[in-house]
Amino acid sequence: MATVELDCKGLSCPMPIVKISRAMKELLAGDCLCVFASDPSFQSDVEAWVRKMGHVLIDFKEQQGVQRAMIEKGAS
Amino acid sequence: MDKAQLEKEEIERLVERCVREQVDKRLTGVEEELRALRGMVTRGGGNVPEDRTTIVVFSGEMDPLFGAFTIALGSVAMGMEVSMFFTFWGLNALRVGKKYSGKSMGEKMVAAMMPQGPASVPTSRMNMGGAGPVFFKHLMKQRNIATLPSMISMAQEMGVRLVACETSMGVMGVTRDELLPGVDYGGVATYLEDAAKSKVTLFI
Repeated sequence: MATVELDCKGLSCPMPIVKISRAMKELLAGDCLCVFASDPSFQSDVEAWVRKMGHVLIDFKEQQGVQRAMIEKGAS
Repeated sequence: MDKAQLEKEEIERLVERCVREQVDKRLTGVEEELRALRGMVTRGGGNVPEDRTTIVVFSGEMDPLFGAFTIALGSVAMGMEVSMFFTFWGLNALRVGKKYSGKSMGEKMVAAMMPQGPASVPTSRMNMGGAGPVFFKHLMKQRNIATLPSMISMAQEMGVRLVACETSMGVMGVTRDELLPGVDYGGVATYLEDAAKSKVTLFI
């Protein structure tokens, strides 16, 4: 189960989810993508994105304006 | 038991068998129909929309174009197929240059008044003779928002179907060699074919 980091800090909508969707394609089911972002709509967008794509948001944290989302790739 | 009683029982058995046969026959028909109907329901009567976004891009200013390409790129990121139909002012988003030779006087005039391409489109409000777009581009750069031309090339890379409307190209005097290579050309039926099977349809 690999964990890959992706830096989306400073990027604005729609670029974080565009980058996440590209990065996710390289992973296998069960692998994790750890995304750092600062876009204000990031939390709501990443939550909607995992629901639509069938992945799991394991953890979401915000510290000093940087958000960190841990996404586990779903089976499909 | 007397003979009459026996005959009565025999008749009753016959009637019962006939009725059962008839009922079974009818039931089989109903069951078959039910199965077919169930199939149609799960398949949505053969008319289930695809996971596709179809956008008509009618406007040619920076702000609506940003909206259109943001939704297009977002849709691809959400695993959806995307078709974008560029008509009238929207054609300027696909423009890579201007040609004057071989055009009528009217077409030359329209071409002269059109922007060079997506990098030089005006804003729909606060354009202020071209100062507005410069100002907004500066603000967007500060916020690290992708530029319109980069979003357009990203859309093309990510497999967004870009279709230029030939009728409005004719009206505006736009030729194919003025537009981005790799775009498709079509009319209203091309748009409707994609729109009719899309879950998301927008007119921008």
